[in-house]
Amino acid sequence: MQTLFIVTGVAIGVGVIVFMSALLSGLQANFMRRVLSAQAHIQLLQPQQTTRQLLPTPQNGAGPVEMASVQAPMQQKKSIDQWQSIATQVQALRGVRIVSPVASGSILAVRGSANRAVTVSGIDPNSYFQIVDFSDKMVRGTWHLAGTDILIGTDLGADLGVDVGEKLHVTTADGANSALTVVGVFDLGSKGVNQRNTFTTLRTAQSLLNLPAGVTSIEVTVDDIYAAETIAQRIAAATGVEADSWIKNSAQFFAAISAQTTANTAIRFLVALSVAFGIASVLVVSVVQKSREIGILRAMGIARAQILRIFLLQGGLLGLAGSLVGCGLGALSLVLWQSLARNADGTPLFPLAFDTTLFFLALVLGSLTGLLAALAPAMRAARLDPVVAIRG
Amino acid sequence: MDKETVVELRGIRKVFNPGSATETEVLHGIDLRLYKGDFCAVVGPSGSGKSTLLNIIGLLDRPSAGTLQIAFQETTVLGDTDLTRLRGHTIGFVFQYHHLMTAFTALENVMIPLMAATGFCNPAIAQRALLLLDSVGLAPWKDNMAGNLSGGQQQRVSIARALGMNPAVLLADEPTGNLDTKSADLVFELLRKVNREQGTTVLFVTHNPALAARCDKTIEVVDGMIRV
Repeated sequence: MQTLFIVTGVAIGVGVIVFMSALLSGLQANFMRRVLSAQAHIQLLQPQQTTRQLLPTPQNGAGPVEMASVQAPMQQKKSIDQWQSIATQVQALRGVRIVSPVASGSILAVRGSANRAVTVSGIDPNSYFQIVDFSDKMVRGTWHLAGTDILIGTDLGADLGVDVGEKLHVTTADGANSALTVVGVFDLGSKGVNQRNTFTTLRTAQSLLNLPAGVTSIEVTVDDIYAAETIAQRIAAATGVEADSWIKNSAQFFAAISAQTTANTAIRFLVALSVAFGIASVLVVSVVQKSREIGILRAMGIARAQILRIFLLQGGLLGLAGSLVGCGLGALSLVLWQSLARNADGTPLFPLAFDTTLFFLALVLGSLTGLLAALAPAMRAARLDPVVAIRG
Repeated sequence: MDKETVVELRGIRKVFNPGSATETEVLHGIDLRLYKGDFCAVVGPSGSGKSTLLNIIGLLDRPSAGTLQIAFQETTVLGDTDLTRLRGHTIGFVFQYHHLMTAFTALENVMIPLMAATGFCNPAIAQRALLLLDSVGLAPWKDNMAGNLSGGQQQRVSIARALGMNPAVLLADEPTGNLDTKSADLVFELLRKVNREQGTTVLFVTHNPALAARCDKTIEVVDGMIRV
């Protein structure tokens, strides 16, 4: 009876931990996927241009002090210096997966009297589409870019009335005109992005933006997304370019994830603690109940260490049994949750990962908790005076 | 001296709650020598210190003063682990309330001290336990839960259990106290048989004058002193 109660108690605790951990990691993975499938992990940019103040030289330093107003310079559209060798260098770094150069700038898309200012990103389709996956974001047409093809967002297409197969006329800042062929219309999930972003080949963008053979940024993805910031710092130190990781760019998002993880850890710890106290209290009662038997065993030549072991084992087994049931409970509630919590269109809110390591960890930690919880009662049992115990 | 000394007590004193207001000396310096094959009745009124004496000889309790030798070994200098081992190997207990583990079968109860001594379970142990049960006439009941046996049967199981390690000394604290005359007789005869066949020294605490009279010696405990 007692055993049943405590195993149920442990099971509920472990079930809550399993369910919550899986839910949270599913949620985070989903967020991550959404955020990181639409942007590179690290973006390399030309360092900001700053004004160099004239330092007082020995010649003019002795003269009268001048009042000076230093104005920040306008940021010119400039290619990253030596981008090809930097790209090669970055690609060689450990942990870096994909390196893709991008030339982007502003152009004016024109149709009749309507015009829209848009950002055109010249990309290398082979590498760039491995960073941002367009395959499931295309509404019409294809994302295979060649020559003077261009991809536009749904909202831009609607605004200008252009669709796949039609020509889009663009005017550059220098006043040059060009006609590009729309081959695909995409939906990146945000109206602003769909209105403003267009993609074309690197070469086309370079000629439109007057950046012959140049690029304005290099997009990088890494194996371990949480190492992005350290890798970014390594790149910046090695090449001198500005390297911004997604962690830095999405600081708020990252802080939210960290806060979630911390809260989860705290809850897990507290649940584990209450499970431990539950096991300990049951064992303390059991030691009192069994004190006569313990005394007999001691009289029969069973050593203190063996008594200690029996109760530790009992605690460990209670923990293990509870965790086993708890893992089942957790898995069950996950399945239930997945079938109940759905988007408006009936698809699951987000896919949940059934991580075997999570269950394995829950089992190991549950048993360890039981073992630790049994320590105090087991020591009490081992210290029992056999004379007193037998007399009852 | 042709008989082998098994237990020797010299000046054994036992004080309960030493240093406190309730300090009481229960044993006032006991000298006692038991030989191999002795079958002694221990008699005396309740509260005279019989049980304390038995607990001290059984190494469950430590004397406050004096020396105790069991099987030529001075025990007062031993640590707990060594005491436990010595107890497991040389002393068998039969208690008034048989104290079997009711959650186990008769056979498993007999196996407990054997497993304690070897540290694990093997077929040889089960074999030996079965022989012991047979010797107390309970082999057919080996798979019965201990709680389902009659009082006399339980007491015989606990004798079988006590004999597992061929102890030099068997301490029986009123083993017949709760039994009807017939069962008591059976248990007493069993102890006699063990004493006769294996030369086990038996200390038999009893309030029954008839049974005490059938022992070879009588040790009378009165107010913490003994008269042999």
